[in-house]
Amino acid sequence: MAPADPTADGISPAPRFDPDSDQWVRVLSGSGPQREAALARLHGLLLRIASGELQRRGGQFRITGPELDDLAYQAAADALLAIVVKLSQFRGESKFTTWAYKFVIFEVSAKIGRHFWNNPAVRMDAEDWERLPDRLGLDPARETERRELAGEVRRAVDEHLTPRQRQVFVAIVLNGVPMDALVTELGSSRNAIYKTMFDARSKLRDVLAAKGYLNVQTSRHS
Amino acid sequence: MNGWTALDRFLRTDPRDVGCAEAMELLHVYAELAAAGAPAAERYPGIAAHLAACGPCGEDFDGLLAAVRSPAE
Repeated sequence: MAPADPTADGISPAPRFDPDSDQWVRVLSGSGPQREAALARLHGLLLRIASGELQRRGGQFRITGPELDDLAYQAAADALLAIVVKLSQFRGESKFTTWAYKFVIFEVSAKIGRHFWNNPAVRMDAEDWERLPDRLGLDPARETERRELAGEVRRAVDEHLTPRQRQVFVAIVLNGVPMDALVTELGSSRNAIYKTMFDARSKLRDVLAAKGYLNVQTSRHS
Repeated sequence: MNGWTALDRFLRTDPRDVGCAEAMELLHVYAELAAAGAPAAERYPGIAAHLAACGPCGEDFDGLLAAVRSPAE
């Protein structure tokens, strides 16, 4: 439900958005107690979404009780701040609430990523190549294939990836560091890490296809 | 599936993939289309390709979809 519209009794310009979204934007762009009430209502919505999202992702981390509530509260508060700052960027391509929920979902992801380093199960400098077959879900019984594959991938990584691509590949693929946690650790962005990994995957595929390990035709078919 | 096939799948990249920044920019539009049962993937194939390949963005999409589908306040 949208907040009360302070201009409801006056002459107002035609809405640019659907009625509920228009009302949210008008009230949040205004001032006074109606804006304060709308902010409080929006915070309540964001808190509900943050709590639901943290519960939905419960298997990804070990946070419970008051710490989980605190994380939800922080995500909602930070999302609210971002929404207020970026309000003029809302273009009405979706409902206002859908646009707003996106911010709180992103905040939840970022906070889970940061929380990973509170009690990390892995170290950034670890490099156990014997893990690779398991990380790719290979059959433990196929020992020869597992050894050959790990050796060839390691050689391709060592000889063809840039230091940054290597760092990201090892962290994500060998060590299982979640991407958002790596973003925090490297002070980077999700987009930059993904692009680095994307380019690394593409390069490794070309190298292994050229050596005949992967089917060249399927290698080129993406 | 043998090990090389698994590796091939893992290394395969989709040239339509728009990356995280563009997917995140339009995620609210995409999620609302998907929630309404509209062909979001046909309209935004680059975002669909990205969400299929990027775990974190796929997770955000699932979360936003669940939020959009959740009962109103």
